[in-house]
Amino acid sequence: MTSRQITTEPPANTVGQDTVAVQAIRRQRLDGPVTGWRRLRLRLGTLGLVCVGILAVVVLTAVFAPYIAPYDPYVGSIVDRHLPPSLEHWFGTDQSGRDIFSRIVWGARTSLIGPTVVVLVAAVSASLLALTAVWFGGRVDAFIGRVLDVLFAFPNMLLAILAVAIFGPSLLTASIALAIGFTPYSARVIRSVALRERNLPYVSSAQLQGISGLVITGRHILPNVRTQIFTGMTINFGYAMIDLAALSFLGLGVQPPTPDWGLMVSNGQASLLQGYWEQSVFAGLAIVITVAALGYVGEQLGGRRAAGRTR
Amino acid sequence: MLNVEHLTLAVADPDTGEETEILRGNSFSLRQGEALGLVGESGSGKSMTLKCLLGIEPGGARVGGSIELDGTDLLAARGEQLRRIRANDLALIAQNPHGALNPVLRVERFLVEGMADARGIPKAAAKARAADLLRQVGITDTERVLGSYPHQLSGGMLQRVVIAGAMSGEPKLLLADEPTTALDVTTQAEVVAILDEKRRQHGLSMIFVTHDLDLAAAVCDRLAVMKDGAILEIGTPDDIRDRPKTEYTRALMAARPLLHPAGRAPVPANGTEAHE
Repeated sequence: MTSRQITTEPPANTVGQDTVAVQAIRRQRLDGPVTGWRRLRLRLGTLGLVCVGILAVVVLTAVFAPYIAPYDPYVGSIVDRHLPPSLEHWFGTDQSGRDIFSRIVWGARTSLIGPTVVVLVAAVSASLLALTAVWFGGRVDAFIGRVLDVLFAFPNMLLAILAVAIFGPSLLTASIALAIGFTPYSARVIRSVALRERNLPYVSSAQLQGISGLVITGRHILPNVRTQIFTGMTINFGYAMIDLAALSFLGLGVQPPTPDWGLMVSNGQASLLQGYWEQSVFAGLAIVITVAALGYVGEQLGGRRAAGRTR
Repeated sequence: MLNVEHLTLAVADPDTGEETEILRGNSFSLRQGEALGLVGESGSGKSMTLKCLLGIEPGGARVGGSIELDGTDLLAARGEQLRRIRANDLALIAQNPHGALNPVLRVERFLVEGMADARGIPKAAAKARAADLLRQVGITDTERVLGSYPHQLSGGMLQRVVIAGAMSGEPKLLLADEPTTALDVTTQAEVVAILDEKRRQHGLSMIFVTHDLDLAAAVCDRLAVMKDGAILEIGTPDDIRDRPKTEYTRALMAARPLLHPAGRAPVPANGTEAHE
């Protein structure tokens, strides 16, 4: 099964044990070409598809929050504080008597927007820096490398806290500061892959045809590193979500009373000690499930597992 | 049209700073429509000469002398000027055609890009010309080839595509760096025949780098024999074969394997390893 021998005979005539390649061909003949849905299934695996489903639910929740949330996330009655989960309040109520389920539904919005901003800004700036460094090489590469080194020296959180201290606490400030903190990590990865691509002979061949560096970088190198950029984005998204939650937890990101998962974990902390676990745990679960699902999908799309083995 | 004077190339050892001369003050010139063959053993500086012409000498190398193409100094060209020269005046056909094309783009994109992005021909016109160019290099099922990815085509087919791409810009000077070495023997002949025919049709000048002396003699008007970075002699193929001026050329001619049944065994040229 696992042997790597090359068979010169056509698949139909092979006798005895099939090689992996022959099995793949047989399967393809039986099931038809690998396209669309089948291709996605092969790529992601069953668990991957479940994760995509979870992410779809999270996104739809964020989009349709007003229609899903049974209560106003901002209004609660002090009389109803710290109610346990019930049919009326699925996840119970918080210290101000607000419905936790409704706040988690609305919180999906802020909790998704922040990391999206981080990931997009980081991907764009990292790609620009990495591709510039790779194309020009030499001194430009060295200079950009040192700039990234300097950024590496600052922990992401410190950078974000610094930005918040200067520009005041807000989701946007925290997100952009985190994006800057994430840039060197992505840039390093993209640079290494792009460098390999840059050194392939077809790139110098295109250069010798008189095609400009901008066109070669945009049309040849960028498409060949897009998998790494995309995978990096999905993985960063999880980190960004956790970091932003931590910033909100510290009171430096999303400001109360805006519903946000990280903020909810933070707010529930005090009541946690009094035995009211609902707010922190449900908000924490929302973070963990989303991050885990995204991380798994990203890993699968990054091709860490061979497509054939996911079946 | 091409004038190369005292071309030198030296590379410094990054640790010791000691310089090694790779090209030792070579001079040669090329007339319009003439084909010059650079022959010699591996490491004699044939390919390096081409790299100097194209401006892709290894990083940190020091180039001296002058290279003039129709009055333009190639060694002084930089940036946009260099890009224009490469796009309009020079064309390279490299050893391995599989390396010349982006593996994830179709052949059509390769040809169109060469015309549209490098030379500013409108995309639609470039597309229309692509099929025509392929027909000129003897490819009949142009639809299939244009829609193929490089890995789906044979080396010979791909080298024809590269030749078509090189011809698309009507360059002044064609640079062929062992264009047939990576191909099998039967396709070698075809590819050389096409290259030669196209070159004569368009009246292009060419520098043909090879270590196949007989091939060079068949394709080129003059041959330059190189050894250790220096051009030993330049002459017509007949001169080189029958009236070699240097002992090395004589030895190189004797080192050629012959296909006659009664032929003598090849003898290693002076200073050449037997396995080369």
